[in-house]
Amino acid sequence: MERAGIVGVGQTVYERRKEDTFAELVFEASTKALADAGVGIEAIDNIITVSNDFWDGRTISSMAIQDAAGSWDRDISTVEGDGIFGALYGMMRTLSGSFDTTLVVAHVKGSEGNMNMITNSMFDPIYQRHLGPDATSTAALQARVYMEKTGATEKDFAKVSVKNHGNGVKNPFAQIKKKITIKDVMESRKIADPLKLYDCSPISDGAAAIILSTEKGLKRFKKDPVWILGVGHCSDSYNLGYRDLAWPRALDAAAQKAYKMAGIKNPLKDLDVVELYDAYSYMELLWYEGLGLAPRGKGAELIRSGATGMKGELPVNPSGGVLSAHPVLVAGLARLIEATLQVRGEAGTRQIKGAKKALAHGINGPCGQAHGVFVIGA
Amino acid sequence: MEKKKDEKELLTIGSGDLYQPYSWSVGHYGSKFLHELKDHKKLLGIRCPKCNKVYVPPRKVCGKCYVAMDEFVELSDEGEIYACTIIQFGFVDPGTGIQRPVPYGYAFIKLDGADTCLSHFVDSTDPEKFKVGARVKAVFEEKRKGSIVDIKHFTLI
Ligand SMILES: [Zn+2]
Repeated sequence: MERAGIVGVGQTVYERRKEDTFAELVFEASTKALADAGVGIEAIDNIITVSNDFWDGRTISSMAIQDAAGSWDRDISTVEGDGIFGALYGMMRTLSGSFDTTLVVAHVKGSEGNMNMITNSMFDPIYQRHLGPDATSTAALQARVYMEKTGATEKDFAKVSVKNHGNGVKNPFAQIKKKITIKDVMESRKIADPLKLYDCSPISDGAAAIILSTEKGLKRFKKDPVWILGVGHCSDSYNLGYRDLAWPRALDAAAQKAYKMAGIKNPLKDLDVVELYDAYSYMELLWYEGLGLAPRGKGAELIRSGATGMKGELPVNPSGGVLSAHPVLVAGLARLIEATLQVRGEAGTRQIKGAKKALAHGINGPCGQAHGVFVIGA
Repeated sequence: MEKKKDEKELLTIGSGDLYQPYSWSVGHYGSKFLHELKDHKKLLGIRCPKCNKVYVPPRKVCGKCYVAMDEFVELSDEGEIYACTIIQFGFVDPGTGIQRPVPYGYAFIKLDGADTCLSHFVDSTDPEKFKVGARVKAVFEEKRKGSIVDIKHFTLI
């Protein structure tokens, strides 16, 4: 069967208030990915852009940045959702037989709108929106249910925040580079219980891009590809009131699909590094369970054991994760980029020694409605 | 772009106060639900003919069974808290433009007779009492207009 691999990656530094326009950010990430792949735009057969109209404050946000993505005389299509789904669509287009190479680029400027109002707009306008739910208040509800059902504590959540912020210090692309303690997290400002300020990811601006190729397209590129070994994606109910908020069944389904494809039997042992979407600290524990790294209800035990620290059995989020920079839509692609850098051995001072197989995870929709999982390797 | 030394202050353009007005149909099932709420302070759910799950508010499709539903059932105005949080940051009601004072209680409530949760305000910010599993009852507005906020909030019982 034909394979697809990642041959180029590029990202901007993530910051709260970037001065560059959307198009300039897209141009920066795309040209960095091309430079990384050692090619010009002529090596690209088709393009996928990832954006969201509410975040950009305009309709057809994807159309407005096409030229900056290199669309001149090229086939271009778009994804409205997390970048991991852009990568998934890009992989499908690469393997479709119509194109040998695909550039996927995502952008967002979270700082230019009002996060609470924009994320409030994802909820049902008839029965829910007036009641003020947004990304953070619904995350608080999910965190509460998770605590009730599993016995995880606010301190367990704080451990995630301490670990990931600590890792972020070594990532030149991270927005928040801060060594913090459990006490700092526990004493940070209350946002919506049980969540406090340091349990929440920041508002970020930035862009990221990857280049995908078939085996046939490889001769255009300089670098050895990082192969996509397995993928899976699945979605749960849109309405939070219909869901078991303490069990990410969509992630379980997505991960199992990806593992089967990649021949992974025991993810905790078989994987060398994981980059997952920790928009809020507690999510990391929940996603441990969905990814099968911890038994159901035992996510907290895994963080307590230290197994997911930089020196643990399976380091999770060496980049600092989404807690250290949360460019919505871009963040899933940033996870895939970090996973690629780790497999290539190009992750600088945050490199996991000898990493050969990595997992990248992205989410879309409230409280992780949809999940996308990539397993990649040299 | 690199900032040049002689460059003047970077400018931004505001979006102004314009907004995009919409008029969302709530559908036949939604209209029935909201009329019952307005006229009789009653909460309606709908039962799946295949899995028997009762959804509130009523909707056409059971996602799991992928069949249409049409059996309406009357639910209690009392229930149990499934998830709750005390919100410390304000939000502007997109419908009225009014900022909600903080802190306030927000919860997912499993009404007696329903299998899904309804989200709403709870008039408590006492973490000792406002907890998962606590019993609550709907408090209705005097003047109702056919909206989910015809329920003013839920109160602990
Ligand atoms: Zn059913």
